[in-house]
Amino acid sequence: MLHPSKLKPESAQFRKVIPAGDYWIDSVAKNQRLRIVDVEGNQSADTLFFAASDPADRYSAVDTIRAQGNIYLTTGSKLLATSGNVLAQIVADTVGRHDTLGGACAAESNTVRYALDKRTMHSCRDSYLLAVAENERFGLSKRDLTHNINFFMNVPVTADGGLRFADGLSGPGEYVELQAAMDIIVLISNCPQLNNPCNAYNPTPLEILVWDPDVP
Amino acid sequence: MDLSQSGFSGMIEGGKHWSCVLGAGTVLRLTDVEGGANVGMLIYNPASLLERYNAPDTLKCQHTFKLTRGHCLYSDMGRIFCSITGDSVGWHDTVCGTSNQAQVAQRWGEKSYQNYRNDWTQNGLDAFLVEGGKYGLGKRDLAANVNWFSKAAVADDGALQFDPENSHAGGHVDLRFEMDALVLLHTCPHPLNSARVYPRRPVQVQLSKGAAVTEDDFCRNSRPENGRGFANTEQYRHCSHPRIGDR
Repeated sequence: MLHPSKLKPESAQFRKVIPAGDYWIDSVAKNQRLRIVDVEGNQSADTLFFAASDPADRYSAVDTIRAQGNIYLTTGSKLLATSGNVLAQIVADTVGRHDTLGGACAAESNTVRYALDKRTMHSCRDSYLLAVAENERFGLSKRDLTHNINFFMNVPVTADGGLRFADGLSGPGEYVELQAAMDIIVLISNCPQLNNPCNAYNPTPLEILVWDPDVP
Repeated sequence: MDLSQSGFSGMIEGGKHWSCVLGAGTVLRLTDVEGGANVGMLIYNPASLLERYNAPDTLKCQHTFKLTRGHCLYSDMGRIFCSITGDSVGWHDTVCGTSNQAQVAQRWGEKSYQNYRNDWTQNGLDAFLVEGGKYGLGKRDLAANVNWFSKAAVADDGALQFDPENSHAGGHVDLRFEMDALVLLHTCPHPLNSARVYPRRPVQVQLSKGAAVTEDDFCRNSRPENGRGFANTEQYRHCSHPRIGDR
């Protein structure tokens, strides 16, 4: 459901551009709001969430879509952890539909999807692995890298059980905004994929904005 | 598959769990004995437990939302744990996850072990944690699982719809393992099953030795991606791979 936010970018406490092929990992406190902006359009923000107090309790795509009875994420979607606890809720969305079936690209799955000689190309999972290695304070490792959300990606499912990677519904400046329901760790890979038309073969920057709860 | 040569045949009652390590080349047949069964399954590489079944890669590599004959189940390392070489059901789910204690209690009431003994209402998450724990796996090792025999279709607006009539008595699926695998499974109800009474459906498990995979194998050729998945898996099987140490 399309629902723009009232928050002004100039009032954000934190702003950061994530170049394509790079990552962002940080804590977001309960009730803080996090906006992810698709700066130039058709990008994919591959995102994972963890409960800060117990990172083993983490975003679960399957529990999230089952609980809401729908495979697409948009305004109102509660992002659940394996325990059933709510990690965050989508409170604003100018795109209308986000994917959580397709997972992140990896060097290994690229060999299967595109060609065996793609094995050395950059991928979201490589960014995730570097993120957890460079930020040991969060206590994460490959064990914790699972089935993520692809904000801004459009993956329609057909009634007969097919799956397509369709042209994105997103465009320049579109965004999704979340409110943390508890203290969480957020890990985003700005997808470097060069083999998929989902980003028109042109990975572009994302921007992150964070507002404290008391900002009107 | 010649079941007369089966090395193992056993029954898993409804609402229970089990696990096994299977060598490459083994065929696992699951049979829905009474109809309406559900088998939750997770798969790991016993030589490196960090390598596990990856539902998103499985779906996107084959552009499918459901699993049926011809599909392969991928690990996160671009390799094929097993191929679905036979399927009389036609649709198996891998996007709805598994039930947990709170859900089961809400739908079917609390039936504790203390009061109900073997008729307690076990849930899928606890079943996976118990079976995984036998191999040192914990919450951090969980992943999106397969729900054999269960179907949840998707409407145009993305709404999920569980089909209680998907699998009938005698329905079966054959999984041919392309590499060694640790298999965790349970027979707890599908998390979208809204049956009035906790559905307790037995599943027969049969193991046998599969025939060698030929160049014209149906699963290998069902999509060009699977040809490459088989190439990755064969490279891994045929080159030496010393065990990667425990975490």
